[in-house]
Amino acid sequence: MQVTLKIQRFNPEKDSAPYWKEYTIEAEPTDRVLDGLLKIKLEQDGTLTMRSSCAHGICGSDAMRINGVNRLACKSLFQEVGNNVTVEPIAGLPVIKDLVVDMEPFMEHYRSVLPFFINDDPPPEKERLQSEEDRLKFEETTKCILCGCCTTSCPTFWATDAYVGPAAIVQAHRFIFDSRDQGSAQRLEILADPDGVWRCRTIFNCTNACPREIKVTEAIAEVKKEILFSKL
Amino acid sequence: MQYHYHKHDVIIVGAGGAGLMAALYAGKEVDTAVISKLYPTRSHTGAAQGGIGAALANLEEDHWEWHAYDTIKGADFIGDQDAIEFMCKDAPNVVFELEHMGLPFDRTPEGKISQRRFGGHTNNETKQAVMRACNSADRTGHMILQTLYQQCIKHNVNFYDEYQMLDLIIEDGEARGVVAYEIDTGELHVFHAKAIMLATGGWGRVWNITSNALTLTGDGPAIVARHGLPLEDMEFFQFHPTGLFKLGILITEAVRGEGGVLINGKGERFMPKYAPTVKELASRDVVSRAIYLEVLEGNGIDGKDYVYLDITPKTVNHYFEVDNSRLPNGELRHIDEDYVRAKLEDITDFCKTYVGVDPTKEPIPVQPTAHYAMGGIPTDNDTRVIANENKDPIPGLYAAGECACVSVHGGNRLGTNSLLDIVVFGRRGGKVMAEEVKQKDFKPIDAESAVAKVQAELDAILNNQGTETIAAIQQEMKNIMSKDVGVFRVEEGMAEAVKKLRELRERYKHIHIDDKGKRFNTNLMEAWQLGNLLDIALITAESALARKESRGAHARDDFKERDDENWMKHTMAYLDADGNVTLKYKPVVVTKYQPVKRVY
Repeated sequence: MQVTLKIQRFNPEKDSAPYWKEYTIEAEPTDRVLDGLLKIKLEQDGTLTMRSSCAHGICGSDAMRINGVNRLACKSLFQEVGNNVTVEPIAGLPVIKDLVVDMEPFMEHYRSVLPFFINDDPPPEKERLQSEEDRLKFEETTKCILCGCCTTSCPTFWATDAYVGPAAIVQAHRFIFDSRDQGSAQRLEILADPDGVWRCRTIFNCTNACPREIKVTEAIAEVKKEILFSKL
Repeated sequence: MQYHYHKHDVIIVGAGGAGLMAALYAGKEVDTAVISKLYPTRSHTGAAQGGIGAALANLEEDHWEWHAYDTIKGADFIGDQDAIEFMCKDAPNVVFELEHMGLPFDRTPEGKISQRRFGGHTNNETKQAVMRACNSADRTGHMILQTLYQQCIKHNVNFYDEYQMLDLIIEDGEARGVVAYEIDTGELHVFHAKAIMLATGGWGRVWNITSNALTLTGDGPAIVARHGLPLEDMEFFQFHPTGLFKLGILITEAVRGEGGVLINGKGERFMPKYAPTVKELASRDVVSRAIYLEVLEGNGIDGKDYVYLDITPKTVNHYFEVDNSRLPNGELRHIDEDYVRAKLEDITDFCKTYVGVDPTKEPIPVQPTAHYAMGGIPTDNDTRVIANENKDPIPGLYAAGECACVSVHGGNRLGTNSLLDIVVFGRRGGKVMAEEVKQKDFKPIDAESAVAKVQAELDAILNNQGTETIAAIQQEMKNIMSKDVGVFRVEEGMAEAVKKLRELRERYKHIHIDDKGKRFNTNLMEAWQLGNLLDIALITAESALARKESRGAHARDDFKERDDENWMKHTMAYLDADGNVTLKYKPVVVTKYQPVKRVY
């Protein structure tokens, strides 16, 4: 099939503002949008710039806005997105070049929620035990790959970049509901901040955007409940 | 020459499992920084699925000695047995340490770490598959990568994200620094260090169909080779039997561990012909060759070059009955769709997304995919890089993980042993470097010359007015390697490959790129990385051409048998500035296991 990709371009060394450029390629319906972008880069215009690595939805490098929706380019096939595709960088983060954004503000929020296991008791000789039931309580949020699709689809984050954002809350959730972890109180205090979970307006964009199908809004709600409950 | 200067006791290049584990250990004691061309969580450790091998015996009897012997046998007796024993003995301890770091393993009903069957891992007495792979659903690598990165944040490890290493600074036979390119700005940075660890991963991008990320371009080994240092056993590259048809995306061996069977175009389960005891759970080289041979005989699906991997409960339960496959408690094994979805969630997702197949209801189309480098930068058991067959270390230089060759995988790696390798030797390397740099001062470096050399390499690409393109050279290299240095090899084919690769290397000198800018110039980086792939491809082809036997992943049609008398030795390949490859050899370390014929 013939596919036309309309791509937002911006080179900080040359352009004062982003502009659109169209490319036409031959592709299979089962080709990924990433295949299309790489084909353009290899065959038509080597200056086209994006991040990519694993190419099968595991590393989270190639989050972008495809036909107005945040997705991973390597997990979007032309047979789903059609043969007239618009591609832009994810919103709410500074654009470095073409489809590449500065991920640092996103990573800063991530680091702010103590996204690591906390347990100061001396570990046993073998594993700490955990029931299958307890393990399942945070299964969903362990799947996060930090691609940024959720946070950069959130209207609240676009409006207020101080908002910690869904991805950071997902990461905090992964530890708050881990029966082995002892850092929940600290994390809940961080997330009870005005720029924490209460900024979430349950718009569900994050859940719809997540390429790992994490129920992000639900996870945020669980954290909200935990904050309320722990303050009682 | 303009450049930025940094000084750290330890520099680690690469932020996958090996690099991060080393960083955690070195970082506890000395000033440590990690340079990575990707954000650390984008590293390919995250794509590992099925599990990490350790004889915890959580579900049935197991011993680290069994694990060691399975690894030695899997390696087709060309792994170094002292290193393998060290790794398998350390395995339970390092898995418990990961659990203590918070890694969310799946659990047994008693709350212990869950384990499952995997290819080549056996009860050494009954010869049946044993549950040794500790797993977290089918995203064990993802969990390891995330957990280690989280711990690095906790312990304030320094990171230089999206910095591409372009060269090592080696003076007076000692590694003293790294020159790196900051991708965002196009500026050069010199990292002055007392110890440098390379943990740059593999190079599956040399082949057409691969499970490897686009970024796996062998940067570490290629730079080492260009410094005149040897690369070990490069002819041993693993083709994983079950890559998703056409795309090469990994479909974990755990699918077979959970009962999945391989079916050919005639609807026959063919593995019992090739491995009567463990069938689908034979080691990967054996299964890949079986698929290849079925396809050659016209038994592919619809006569094409793929077969089916069937994990539908109907088929699997049927073969559990045929095989009389039982749980440790004596019950007949049985699975249902929910079990498949829970244990193989990501696989289910990949199949639906990329080929429109629901694996709980239909078989998955698979073919062998270039997966893992057993060879690489030769090291001793303390991860020190060695300079020659006498194992003389290069002071200051270390390597761990897939880019290194200890050698614990020999001619063929067992599934689950790559995740084990990265954490065991990452940890070992971190500790050793911390100890060694404490006893040592910074040695002077000639940063100006190092930067000038790298700048000249970049300028040669940036200013090139030639007519060659990345696209053409890359595609030809992959075609050559896939056709002649793939699953099966013969003399004429490999000789032809060497000749053509030499021509390609000449053509590469006339490559031009479109992007001449400073900011985020991925065009320049890809062109530079293509040079690495070409060096690696040539060394691989030359090493393979010379080895006149079949062993592990190196299978020759003209020398079908293993030849222990002449070839039980490691290849050490040296590349010179003119592109000539000199081959020398190093003995295999044997502790107590003499080679026997490999039967599964």
